[in-house]
Amino acid sequence: MSTTDKEIENLKTGTSRRVNISLKKIYFPSVVILATIVLSTMIHGAGFEFALDFPIDTSKEIEGFLDDSVDWIVINFGDFFDAISDALKVVLGKLRDLLVWIPWPVMMALVFIIGWKVASLKIAAMSVIGLAILATVNLWEPTMVTVAIMIVSVFLSIVVGVPVGILAARSDAVDTGIRPVLDTMQTMPSFVYLVPGIMLFGLGNVAAIFATVLYALPPCIRLTNLGIRQVDASVVEAGRSFGSSYMQLLFKIQIPMAIPTIMAGINQTVMMALAMSTIAAMVGAGGLGIEVLRAMGQLKEGEAIIAGCAIVILAIIIDRISQGYIENRTS
Amino acid sequence: MSAMAPENAGKSRSEIQSEFNQVVALRDVSFDVKKGETFVVMGLSGSGKSTLVRCLIRLIETTSGSIFVEEEDVTSLSERELRDFRRTKISMVFQNFGLLPHRNVMDNACYGLEVKGISRLERYEKAQKMLDLVGLNGWEDSRVSQLSGGMQQRVGLARALAVEPEILLMDEPFSGLDPLIRRQMRSELAELQKEIKKTMVFITHDLDEAVTVGDRIAIMRDGEIIQMGTPEEIILNPVDDFVTEFTEDVSKERVLNVSAVSVDPDLIWTHSQDLTKLKDDLNTAGAQHVAFVNESGNSLGVLMRNDIEQIASSEELDHMLRESSPAILNSSNVRPAILKLANSETPVPVVDSQKKLLGVITQSSILKSLAE
Repeated sequence: MSTTDKEIENLKTGTSRRVNISLKKIYFPSVVILATIVLSTMIHGAGFEFALDFPIDTSKEIEGFLDDSVDWIVINFGDFFDAISDALKVVLGKLRDLLVWIPWPVMMALVFIIGWKVASLKIAAMSVIGLAILATVNLWEPTMVTVAIMIVSVFLSIVVGVPVGILAARSDAVDTGIRPVLDTMQTMPSFVYLVPGIMLFGLGNVAAIFATVLYALPPCIRLTNLGIRQVDASVVEAGRSFGSSYMQLLFKIQIPMAIPTIMAGINQTVMMALAMSTIAAMVGAGGLGIEVLRAMGQLKEGEAIIAGCAIVILAIIIDRISQGYIENRTS
Repeated sequence: MSAMAPENAGKSRSEIQSEFNQVVALRDVSFDVKKGETFVVMGLSGSGKSTLVRCLIRLIETTSGSIFVEEEDVTSLSERELRDFRRTKISMVFQNFGLLPHRNVMDNACYGLEVKGISRLERYEKAQKMLDLVGLNGWEDSRVSQLSGGMQQRVGLARALAVEPEILLMDEPFSGLDPLIRRQMRSELAELQKEIKKTMVFITHDLDEAVTVGDRIAIMRDGEIIQMGTPEEIILNPVDDFVTEFTEDVSKERVLNVSAVSVDPDLIWTHSQDLTKLKDDLNTAGAQHVAFVNESGNSLGVLMRNDIEQIASSEELDHMLRESSPAILNSSNVRPAILKLANSETPVPVVDSQKKLLGVITQSSILKSLAE
């Protein structure tokens, strides 16, 4: 009798092995669930104090320690953070002034040319239409301010993220070390970054940039790391066989071959930075985010929706142009 | 306890694997490669041949043993010396090409020179020569991804040659190609090698390929060399069943020399002797053909008995000898000799480089040796 015949026979008589296995699978969980219910009922019924409230509470101590640490940093390194803050303020101010100063027709022409050369004619045309919509709803200036904050945030993220990503790709120890840090940075609610940002850099754009960089940095690091690790091992081997030094291997083979993935990481960074713009507005960042917040505060839902859509349009323009660049490069 | 300990020398590969959870990649592998020689390492996948070639350039570090290039032990080079060694003395061609997809053909071919720090103008000039040599003239600006497999491997070859290495390592360079292209590349490489005369270590899993390109062949199994010798030695005297199985797929005529299939002529006749005596001798010896030589033993040609019987004058004989099949060199391959024999009505004389008659090949002599 073949296996199939046996199974058919088992199915007929209702003694299939499959049925037996699923009974066993149900058995253990049902005992666990039953025990949970019985134990909990018993503890509540008996009123065991120590089993109802956890006997130790350390939250006050840890909170106090963290408060003191931030205070200590602010007091001892205040000047250092002030210097960074001042420098960033200057750079951001100049950039914002420049973007606002460029008249809208010139800016649209510029975006058209960039979109055309980097992506495609279609994307260039769509980008200009998008900008025109932003202009018609009277959000041109806030848009430029948001763009300025984003450029600075993304620039800082890349300056930190790409080298860290390269380090993580070249060393498994670094990779293991930063992974939990990156997980924390990505899952931590972004509001939590705002307060230390204010304490270190004061209310305003720089605190917003700080929070944005913390939030947007992980994808940049992760994708740079991934991109370099994904480089075809046989090409790296060939590179070594010709006597490449460590640096030659990195700059002539690994980074160039990882560029599409690194670019995808930068694209992600830009998108996450844009997503932060409303939250950053809470600590005084200007731009489209503050428009949304103000309209919400005054219960002007129409204005809020328009400003929100403006952020979406800006995100789409930037995303399509950078995606187009990645596609042109990889094909 | 280490798997490298001397008391483990006698243990089999699987014993060591189960005891230490380590794989013996290579064991007791020793060979010399002469300057300008093409040394082929042949084996199935997992036999250690790719590991072997990577050890030579230290892409894989050896756990013990030495590798000498001229007087220098490669295994003891420092990081810096190793880099210089790779940049100047040796280069490698890879099975899956290992080209840089973000660069065009020219900049790929230049890579070795670029790493060496040679100026752009000079490296373009050198790489151009190599691209011309491998038949890629006009493709310099193409992206490598646009090329066919065969052409990509030409780029790989040009890249390896551009640094003017003394040693060329070829790790199954043609295995990834279509059979037709593979055969073509193989014969092109054999032609090229005549011109460039590099010392070459060539890895393959194909004995047919090994026989075409190799001066000597080492056959590997389970990390050990089981037979080493010229293609002829390996095909004619396989050392065990494993090697025999490989050799069965290779046609013998590829490795046989003419001298191996030649036999003594039925009758040797010195030309100056009397013609009537020749006819008598023919009958007494019962010879079917006669090889004619001059006084110094040089071959003049071979004629059949029937033809000789109809000859009336020595002028007529001279004429017929001039018309007869030209002699063939004893060191040449048997394959063109078969063709010559097929187009000839007489046996073909075999001579050495001084034109001295050594024997003849007949249809039956060739068939006999091929059937053996």
